[in-house]
Amino acid sequence: MSATEREASEPRETPRPDKAQLAEYYRQMLAIRRMEEALAKAYALRKFGGFLHLYIGQEAVAVGALAALKPDDYVIATYREHAHAYAKGMSSKSIIAELFGKETGCSKGLGGSMHLFDASKNFLGGYGIVGGHIPLAAGTAFASKYKGDGRVTLCFFGDGSVPQGAFHEGVALAALWRLPVVFICENNLYSMGTPLYRSLSVADVSQKALAYGIARDRFDGEDVIRVRDRVAEAVRRARNESLPTLIEIRTYRFRGHSMSDAGLYRTKEEVEEWKKRDPVSFGRELLVKAKVDEKEIVAIEDKVQAEIEEAVKFADESPELAYEKLAEFTYKE
Amino acid sequence: MRTVAYREALNEALSEEMEKDDRIFLMGEEVGHYDGAYKVSKGLLKRFGEKRVIDTPIAEGGFVGVGIGAAMVGLRPVIELMTWNFSFVAADQLINNAAKIRQMSGGQFTLPIVFRGPGGSAHMLAAQHSQSTEALWAHIPGLKVVMPANPKDAKGLLKSAIRDNNPIIFIESEVMYGDQGEIPDGEYTIPLGVGEVKRPGKDITIIGWSKMVKVAMGAAEQLAAEGIEAEVVDPRTIRPLDEELIVESVKKTGRCMILEEGWPFNGVGAEIAYRIGRRCFDDLDAPVERLTGADMPMPYNHHLEVQCVPDVPRAVALAKKLLYLE
Repeated sequence: MSATEREASEPRETPRPDKAQLAEYYRQMLAIRRMEEALAKAYALRKFGGFLHLYIGQEAVAVGALAALKPDDYVIATYREHAHAYAKGMSSKSIIAELFGKETGCSKGLGGSMHLFDASKNFLGGYGIVGGHIPLAAGTAFASKYKGDGRVTLCFFGDGSVPQGAFHEGVALAALWRLPVVFICENNLYSMGTPLYRSLSVADVSQKALAYGIARDRFDGEDVIRVRDRVAEAVRRARNESLPTLIEIRTYRFRGHSMSDAGLYRTKEEVEEWKKRDPVSFGRELLVKAKVDEKEIVAIEDKVQAEIEEAVKFADESPELAYEKLAEFTYKE
Repeated sequence: MRTVAYREALNEALSEEMEKDDRIFLMGEEVGHYDGAYKVSKGLLKRFGEKRVIDTPIAEGGFVGVGIGAAMVGLRPVIELMTWNFSFVAADQLINNAAKIRQMSGGQFTLPIVFRGPGGSAHMLAAQHSQSTEALWAHIPGLKVVMPANPKDAKGLLKSAIRDNNPIIFIESEVMYGDQGEIPDGEYTIPLGVGEVKRPGKDITIIGWSKMVKVAMGAAEQLAAEGIEAEVVDPRTIRPLDEELIVESVKKTGRCMILEEGWPFNGVGAEIAYRIGRRCFDDLDAPVERLTGADMPMPYNHHLEVQCVPDVPRAVALAKKLLYLE
């Protein structure tokens, strides 16, 4: 394998991350976890409706990958995007309020769980049609190359997007035009309720890169530092050489595809096995190993708890958009 | 005034706007090195270079999506579809992304983007290459639909479309690229949503757009020979629709016939007829009538094909029926 085709099993030299970084990654992962637990609870209480796709179990992927970016870089994602939005710097208030359908939400309550957007954070949205946003990522990267602004686009999608034509067209154009974009397939082994072996003839998603002649990488996603460093390589390739990369990160969602998913397509044993590789717990262990004081860790946890409680309260108390204001969002004057 | 072809008028609009604003680029199949399948983009590659005139592979879903993404972050793309028949491959991008991103994002992202190319039937191209798509696109809030009927309108409307900050479906006529017409010498634009009376009259209103304006004008001419003054109204933009112009005309004439190349069911004409019914109920001396494309896929055989598209003899006959002159 060439330098751009590494496997997870290969040992890798990485600089030892500093304690402040580890603490920040742990804080983000925990906040995402607590935020989604609060959302699941609110959903059960029928505070909001629609679809709710939880990211619980995959947190190290979003947090690690986005740690490799600059604030100007673009992120675009699927409908399972609460974590990416938070890790891109959006507040738990603006995210939770959006799910509650409130005017104070990031998309004014017009998008909901699947359509979080924040132009000021260069978060270009969550999209509800599987794979449909992948050509958009090629488009934002095209614009960066056109303008010469040095920005990189990170595009997240699941293994369920890979059979879609939009995935192949987006990657093919990015490869053809050498666009500064990193395609990240979060392979959580299930395309909705269908296991990988029943939806893909080739289980190794990263091999699709070979067909388009672009760099690829493939590794497990429970370690936030590994994710950050491996994604950073692809981000450098995009920024410095204007070349795309396809990365497959193997991960697992502990919850169902959405809230209506009874999870009958996988065993409890399998889920429990994966929970042993919980990325949030792993992040805490990294702090302990780095000899961060237990009190400091608990302080982070308390702060996160308070943040999420306050955000839920904020969302609860926020107003809804008036119907009279709705029409102006269809067309720009 | 000077006389140019429809394709040249479009070419002028593109080059004039591209000259002014380097955020504008043209992307599509064979727009560059081949100079455009219908030569609308002739010479643009030479003038603006490969950075701004971009040939794509045959991947409509991909490059339409690329245009949308680029528009989200500050560029002003013009995406050429070789014909609108191929837009269905990119339907998810157009319907689920282009039309909805502004609203889904709470107004944070707007899409200044034009999707343009030829529509309608041509000559023996059979079912998959002979479709009028305006009714489909006009159904979708978030999109604007523009359909110029002559070189003057083509240039003025395309310039406005490029300057607009919304996704525009700009449907040219596949059989009118060579049509000659007068256009003003200097800089001009034609606002979207403003129709035009192509021929004034007092006895009956004939509404048509794009190629159907020619059929309407032909019918009006024959009717004039028999002393009937038909008023031909071209909305030019299907969405937003110039309802006032239509209502004004129908209130004056009391009779209305709508010509539409597309299929009848849920056609644009059905919407216009509804609006006339609501606004002009007391002014009508006859029911609003429609002459549309046949309600079936377009056949290849030429003598069958021509019978599937509204023409002057049938338009004249229908007008006379509305005037109780049969």
